[in-house]
Amino acid sequence: MNLYEYEAKEILAQYGVPVPEGRIATSPGEAEDAAKALPGHKFAVKAQILAGGRGLAGGVELAPAPSMVAQIAKRLLGQRLVTAQTGADGEEVVRVYVETAVESERDFFLAVLVDQALAQIVVLGSASGGVDFEDRVAKEPGIVKTLPVNLDGTFADAACTEFLTKLGITGDKADQARSIIAALIKVFLRIDATLIEINPLTLTREGTFSAVDAKVSIDNNALFRHPEFAGLASSQGGDEIELQAQKDEINLVRLDGNIGVVVNGAGLALATQDGISDAGGKAANFMDIRTTATSLQVARGIGILLKDPDVKSILVNIHGGGMTPCDTIAEALALALAWSDRKVPVVTRLAGHNADYARQMLVDRNVPHERCDTMGEAIAAAIACAA
Amino acid sequence: MSILCNSETKLIVQGMTGRSGTFYTDQAMTYGTNVVGGVRPGKGGKKHIGRPIFNTVRDAMTETGANATMVMVPAHNAAAAMIEAIEAGMPLIVCVTERIPVLDMIRVKDALKNSQSELVGPNSQGVLTPGACKIGVMSTADAMPGTIGIASRSASLTSEVVANLTALGLGQSTTVGIGGDPVHGIGFVRCLELFMNDPDTKGVVLIGEIGGNEEEQAAAFIKENRLAKPVTALVVGRHAPPQRRMGHAGTLSVFGSGNAASKNAVLKSAGVHVVENVDDVAQAMVGSLAAA
Repeated sequence: MNLYEYEAKEILAQYGVPVPEGRIATSPGEAEDAAKALPGHKFAVKAQILAGGRGLAGGVELAPAPSMVAQIAKRLLGQRLVTAQTGADGEEVVRVYVETAVESERDFFLAVLVDQALAQIVVLGSASGGVDFEDRVAKEPGIVKTLPVNLDGTFADAACTEFLTKLGITGDKADQARSIIAALIKVFLRIDATLIEINPLTLTREGTFSAVDAKVSIDNNALFRHPEFAGLASSQGGDEIELQAQKDEINLVRLDGNIGVVVNGAGLALATQDGISDAGGKAANFMDIRTTATSLQVARGIGILLKDPDVKSILVNIHGGGMTPCDTIAEALALALAWSDRKVPVVTRLAGHNADYARQMLVDRNVPHERCDTMGEAIAAAIACAA
Repeated sequence: MSILCNSETKLIVQGMTGRSGTFYTDQAMTYGTNVVGGVRPGKGGKKHIGRPIFNTVRDAMTETGANATMVMVPAHNAAAAMIEAIEAGMPLIVCVTERIPVLDMIRVKDALKNSQSELVGPNSQGVLTPGACKIGVMSTADAMPGTIGIASRSASLTSEVVANLTALGLGQSTTVGIGGDPVHGIGFVRCLELFMNDPDTKGVVLIGEIGGNEEEQAAAFIKENRLAKPVTALVVGRHAPPQRRMGHAGTLSVFGSGNAASKNAVLKSAGVHVVENVDDVAQAMVGSLAAA
C-alpha cells in the first residue's frame, strides 16, 4: 500500500523526521486558508496522488502568495493527473497539500528499503537528489551509497559517518542526518514499510534538513497487524475494479488493449502477455487467479472483462494445478457467460489437472468457444477474433 | 537421482490440520510421498488423516526421523514455524505459504545463517522429484521421472514446461519452485550447484521473471564455473508495462533490478540457451542436449 505524501509526512513527523509545515485542502478556498495559516510567504501546492512522477507532470507548483495558492489548487483539484507512472487514464486529484516552501541549499536523496539479495535492511543515499534522480542513477549508478542496517535496526557508527562523508555531509550536519536516518529506520520497522524514500531531503539555507517529499509504501502482507492504517485515505485509493477483483482472489491490472485474458499464475500471465504482444496483439488486462479462488469468484472476474466495452475477445489460458483444476475455470466461464448480456468470442487453451474433463464440460454446457491446444494457437485465435 | 528430496525422504507437515494442509498432505501421500506426521501445537498425540500429530518439530523429528518439512502454516505464524524448523535442525524446509511479511522473512534468513537447513520458498509450489517425492502444491499430471532439472520462480510455468518436456520424452530429475517473494530461501545459484553435482541431471531449465536479480546471479555463477551441463532459460515479462506491479511481489522493482531484456542478455553472455516463449523451452533443451 502506497501512502499519500501528506499521510507519509504525518507519520514521519511523529518519529521526529523534520518535514515542512503543511495542511491538506480539498477546495481552493481551503487551500488559501491553509496558506494563510502557515508560516512563510512562499508556498508549495502539491497534488496528492499515489503514483510517482508528479513533479515532472505539473502536479507541484510554487505560489508566492495565498491568493495564488487558491488559483493553483483550482487548476489541480478535480483534474486527472497523468504521470509516467499512472497510465493514460491518470489519477484524480481529490486533495492538494499546501506547504511552506523551503529554500534549498542542496538536495539529497535518502531511502530505507530491503535489499532482496542480502535479505537485509539498507539505507541508500545520494548527494544528487531531486526530480530527475532516477534518470541520473540509471546513467551513473555509483552516485548511490549504501549503509547496511542490523536486524534490530541499529547500524555501526563508523559506517554511518563514512556513508555521510561520501554524501558530503560532515560535522554538525552529520549529527542531524544521523538522527534522521535512525528515525527513518525506526518508522520502517514499526510500520512494516517496504520503502521509505525522501527525495529531496533538502538542506535549507538555514542549515537544517527538511524532508520535502516523502514516499512510504507499506507491506500489504503485514496489514493484518496494522489496524491503524485501515482508516487512511490511501487504503481506499486505487482502481475500484482492481480492488473488487482482489476481494475475489484475483490479481487484476487493467491495461489498454482489447484482448481480455483469464490466466492462473503470475508467471503464466506474464508469458501470455509476452506472447500476445509478440504476435502483434494487445492485452486488455493482466490476470492472475490465485489458487484459493472459487469458480464463483473467477466468474465475477471474467464478468469484469465481459462488461468492458474495450474487450473484443477473451483468451482463457489455464494450466490446472494446486487447488485450481481446469474444471473450476470452465465452470466459471459458463457462469460468467450465462450472467452477461454482452457476448464476445472466447478462445480456450486448457492444460494440466482435469483439462479433459473441463473441455467436455464446456461442450456439454453449450458454452460457445474456440478450443486450441497450444498457447501460440490460442493467442493467434484471440487476436484474430478481436480484430 | 535427484536433488533435495527422493524416495528416502520422510516428510512432516507443519499446519497439516488446516484446510489446505489436509488437502495437500492427502495429495502428497497419494502421489507416494512418505508422510510420517504433522505438527500442530496443542494437538500432539492425536491423529489426522492417518498420521500422528506432534506439538513441536523437534518432537516430530525425534519420534519419526523426519528429514523434511512442508510449512503450510498461515502467513502470520509462518515465519515462527520456519524458525522452529531451523532451530530443530531440519535438513529441508519447504514453505508454501504466501503473503508473509518481508520483515518476517529477514528474521528467517538471519536464523538460517548458521544452520544446516535448506529453505525452499516461501510462496513456492514446492519441490517435486517425479515418481518419488512430492513436497508442495504443484500439478503432477504431466510429470515424468528423468534427467532435466528445473528451477523456477513460477508455479504455473513450471507445470507448463514439465508438460512440454514430457511430451518430447524428456523426464525431470527434480523441479524446484524458488518462490515468488522478494526475500526467499535457495535461489537459482544454489539449485544450479545441486543440479551440477547430481549425476542423473543432464540439463537444467531456469524459469525467471522480471524483477529481482536471481537471473543475474545465475548468469554470473554459470560464467564463473563453466558448467558442464547445458542450461536453458526463459524470462517472462518482456512486455509488462514498466512501473506497474504485476502478481508476484518479486516483480516489484525499486532499485537495480533488471527487465527481461537485460536478464536475457546476461544469461546469453554466460552461454545459456535463452528462449523467448514457453512453448520453445522443451525443444531448446532437446537441442542443447544433442549438442552437448
